[in-house]
Amino acid sequence: MNCIIIDDEGTARAIIGQLCSNIESLTILAEFPNAIQAIKYLNQNEVDLIFLDIHMPDFTGFDFIETLKNPPNIILTTSDSNFATQGFEYDCIVDFLLKPFTSERFQKAIQRADTKSIKVVSGTSSEKIEATPGNDLYVNIDRRLIKIDIPSIYLIEAKGDYIHIKTEDKNYTVHSTLKKIEEKLPDGIFLKVHRSFIINFNKIIDIEDNSVLIKRDVIPVSRSNRPELMKRLNLL
Amino acid sequence: MEQPNISYIHILSGGDTVFEKKLIDIIKKEFPDEKEVYFNNMAEKKYKLAADNVHKLKHKISILGLEKGYETAVAFENSLLEGSNDLKDEFESILSTITNYLQPL
Repeated sequence: MNCIIIDDEGTARAIIGQLCSNIESLTILAEFPNAIQAIKYLNQNEVDLIFLDIHMPDFTGFDFIETLKNPPNIILTTSDSNFATQGFEYDCIVDFLLKPFTSERFQKAIQRADTKSIKVVSGTSSEKIEATPGNDLYVNIDRRLIKIDIPSIYLIEAKGDYIHIKTEDKNYTVHSTLKKIEEKLPDGIFLKVHRSFIINFNKIIDIEDNSVLIKRDVIPVSRSNRPELMKRLNLL
Repeated sequence: MEQPNISYIHILSGGDTVFEKKLIDIIKKEFPDEKEVYFNNMAEKKYKLAADNVHKLKHKISILGLEKGYETAVAFENSLLEGSNDLKDEFESILSTITNYLQPL
């Protein structure tokens, strides 16, 4: 696994680096004393795992996670156990290490990250989508059925064997297809505008030529889907 | 009064003396800077900023095996966040102990 370390304390970065050097499967690609530098790095590079300090000046670890479109696995490191509960609200967080941690505890966290990576790569058969009556959609992620409020979904993007579901609060990656989720969504609200994108019609900000703006995402509209989109618009 | 030690660093290093020296050097470099920022913030009664400094310092306190010192630091950080400087003397005594310990290392 390719990793990066984000911690404003050099002591902490050195300790994590040392513990990583004892594990053959880990490669430290870079270390950062603040989250801003890490964001710039991640715009150009992909990593499998991030060791992330929560308590940093100006830009906290949680602020950092919020900036990531598709966050990799993250192991939180902090001196404050009060953050643990908040940390587990994010699907990308695989473990929480309370400083100063032991080598044994560190290895356990790596095992958790390893297990999660394998699941994502192989795409377990249990990852599926179930619709329930009403406004809820349940997605199975890591053996947990997570409820998503359907109207809060504003964009669904297909990427290989996975779909990214974006909602007002959170993003989810599920092993499924656009076709499967399309069957579970209510008619009238959602529209497939491209072979890789379904949008929530109510969340459109504007339409320009062959693209629509949803939140901050510019989504392409294919020629074959454009007539249906235009038909639904309440044009003046 | 409990004294600092490098037991944790020894365990962590697994006998890698190069790493031990590297870590101690980093602590010796960072600790005075963090301490100075803390004292400046306390002098200006910027207790929330001082709490951030205590937060960072408490990691080093725990690395150096000061278990009671760590508990004092946690309590002091919380009191600073509430706008109080209770435990200031106890905390600064810990800083002084660490300063004396690091000098000959």
